[in-house]
Amino acid sequence: MKLSQLNPGEQGTIVAFTDLEMSVKLMEMGCLPGELVEVERFAPLGCPIAIRVAGYQLCLRKSEAAVIIIQ
Amino acid sequence: MDIKVALVGNPNTGKSTLFNRLTGLNQKIGNFPGVTVDKKIGYAKLADGRQIQITDLPGTYSLYPKSADERIVFQVLADAKNSSYPDVIVLLVDATNLKRNMLLYSQVADLGIPIVLALNMIDLNEKQGIEIDADKLAAKLGVQVVPISARNNIGINALKQAIAHTNMATQVSDFEVSFLAPDAIRAIKHKIGATRDYYALQVLHQHEYLAFFNAAEQEEIESIEQSNGFESSKIQAAETIARYKHLSNVLADVVIDRGKNKYSFSDKLDAVLTHKLWGFVIFMLLLFVIFNAIFAWATFPMEWIENGFGWLAGFGHEHLPEGMLTDLLLDGVVAGLGGIFVFIPQIAILFAFISILEDTGYMARVTFMMDKIMSKVGLNGKSVVPMIGGLACAVPSIMAARNIENWKDRMITIMVTPLISCSARLPVYILLISLVIPSETVFGIINLQGLALMVMYLISFVAAILVAWVMKVIIKSKERSYFIMELPIYRMPRWKNVIYTMYEKSKTFVFEAGKVIIAISIILWVMASFGPGNRFEKIDQKYASALADPAANTSHIKTLIATEKLENSYVGLLGHAVEPVIRPLGYDWKIGIALITSFAAREAFVGTMATIYSVDGGDEDSETIRERMAGSINSKTGMPVYTFATGISLMLFYAFAMQCMSTVAIVYRETKGWKWPMIQLGYMTAMAYVAALIAYQLLK
Repeated sequence: MKLSQLNPGEQGTIVAFTDLEMSVKLMEMGCLPGELVEVERFAPLGCPIAIRVAGYQLCLRKSEAAVIIIQ
Repeated sequence: MDIKVALVGNPNTGKSTLFNRLTGLNQKIGNFPGVTVDKKIGYAKLADGRQIQITDLPGTYSLYPKSADERIVFQVLADAKNSSYPDVIVLLVDATNLKRNMLLYSQVADLGIPIVLALNMIDLNEKQGIEIDADKLAAKLGVQVVPISARNNIGINALKQAIAHTNMATQVSDFEVSFLAPDAIRAIKHKIGATRDYYALQVLHQHEYLAFFNAAEQEEIESIEQSNGFESSKIQAAETIARYKHLSNVLADVVIDRGKNKYSFSDKLDAVLTHKLWGFVIFMLLLFVIFNAIFAWATFPMEWIENGFGWLAGFGHEHLPEGMLTDLLLDGVVAGLGGIFVFIPQIAILFAFISILEDTGYMARVTFMMDKIMSKVGLNGKSVVPMIGGLACAVPSIMAARNIENWKDRMITIMVTPLISCSARLPVYILLISLVIPSETVFGIINLQGLALMVMYLISFVAAILVAWVMKVIIKSKERSYFIMELPIYRMPRWKNVIYTMYEKSKTFVFEAGKVIIAISIILWVMASFGPGNRFEKIDQKYASALADPAANTSHIKTLIATEKLENSYVGLLGHAVEPVIRPLGYDWKIGIALITSFAAREAFVGTMATIYSVDGGDEDSETIRERMAGSINSKTGMPVYTFATGISLMLFYAFAMQCMSTVAIVYRETKGWKWPMIQLGYMTAMAYVAALIAYQLLK
């Protein structure tokens, strides 16, 4: 499933990306295949979302979270 | 300089704090990614007496730039002839998040410049149950690893020691990159005579931003890319994965993470500060407090400054010999400077707040909350910072737009930021509001003048948002807009830094605006004091007989002479020349003069009015400018010049018109061409004219 489908508090492990250009940006921020991510909260208007990955908080838009395939 | 050092690291790792520690030269620090926009240089002495020059490079997550700001890092490190090219790199990492931070280390290390690795925030590791074996890490990397805490002044001397003893000899480079694009790397190495694979690979990725390659070389590099089927994104992705894999091995027995409950305080705070409802309520309250502070707290120091300059001018007129030079000095320069200094309290207060919000990490949350709204009109969450900053001054705000990665988002932010009512518009609004809006209270609490001022600010925000939306539709870009940003943990603001920011911004403002104002004051004074040909003599002759009549009212005649001279002076002629264009807006030639002078800087409006009306009325009476303006009568219609319609028209003109040379200059610098500043000047002037025209014609 996609990372964007998780609700706050839910976790998943990154397995792949559906978008090469975005994956490059996400990977250097620590979103690597095999890495555990947890959705922490949504912004007040539902987007962007804040996730915890590699020991810190990262925020990204839902459309960007949708390119991350998780397990 | 004996040793050149560059500070390199991810955003939010405390680079600027370390820079201050090392150099003692304090400067701006922000907790918001990318605040360090300009290259900052400082100097320090090593224990052995050698001098070091330290350059603070923009924070970046990797050598692959995502924003204009980050591009600088490789541009400096790739160019051995660059004046900032370092002998030693201090690579700063956040020790609480070592693995992600080490990506940048491993890339920079492969460029072949001697490195010292500084593990910052080492004092936080204990709290979070992370242990790092620095000696083991040092042995594996072949570089010196120094645990420090820049905030708490731990390990700084050890770091200096390490800088003094750094060389390339031991640095391990066991990460192989040639597999990523073997043929292309080989061809480039041969072409440009590079020795390092990784340098060659980076050249393939980023050559179009390296100015030291000429057009022919660029083309050759391009053709190497083409013939080898070099796919930048794919190769970058493969490199990132390979590097992290490599780092996992390196860090495997170096870091022990007992994973205590991390950042629980930050999380609790976020639950409130970015809450659906409370998040916005708190943000609005904060904005309200800031506005209130700017207007209420600043009143008293502003009065002192005004009175001080008034006293100075009066004192000067009493004690200096009468004459043209004295008039120029007191009525031109001193009055002009007074008009600048009076803004200091407001600018200082605004920047204190912005600095605190950035420092604590709250600004990143504002960005997070606002992204959805801003992206609707073609902006970005990160546009919020320039736009809030625009309330003080568009110049630093436009520079702050550099951390917006997306070109289109950044351009739109730059284009609309000058519409936000900056502090230079404030005195114009205040003067005009006091002239045309009655000081009455309605519904018991709402002050009409205050309300008018707030409306002017709201108009500016609405205008900025509308223009942004129009530009979103017009500007075409293939680049996708995205928003990927680290949310730093909350921290206490560094008060010293806050105070320094207040001081530095006020100083910059005084010097930058001061230069323009003094120049305008002098030119204006000269142009108002002289006229072409013998016009002034003719006026003197015309009134000579009347003045000679002992029964005549000499002061009245003197006023008539002064008025007629002003009208015939160079500045008067200029005002008359533009009068046909501005008459439909309800302005006379005197306002025309003010419009011309304030095209360079809005704050010149008040000063110009002061000059015109004091030349006009003679300088004996001490009526304030406001009273003189209120009493002025249009010679053609016999009606007061400053009616409600004219006042509103004029305020709208000032709300929209560009009227700031410094902004034009900074937009030119940031966009590297005249296209964008000219478009901006054009659309803003057109908007100002049309809005003023409509307002006057409807209200008159």
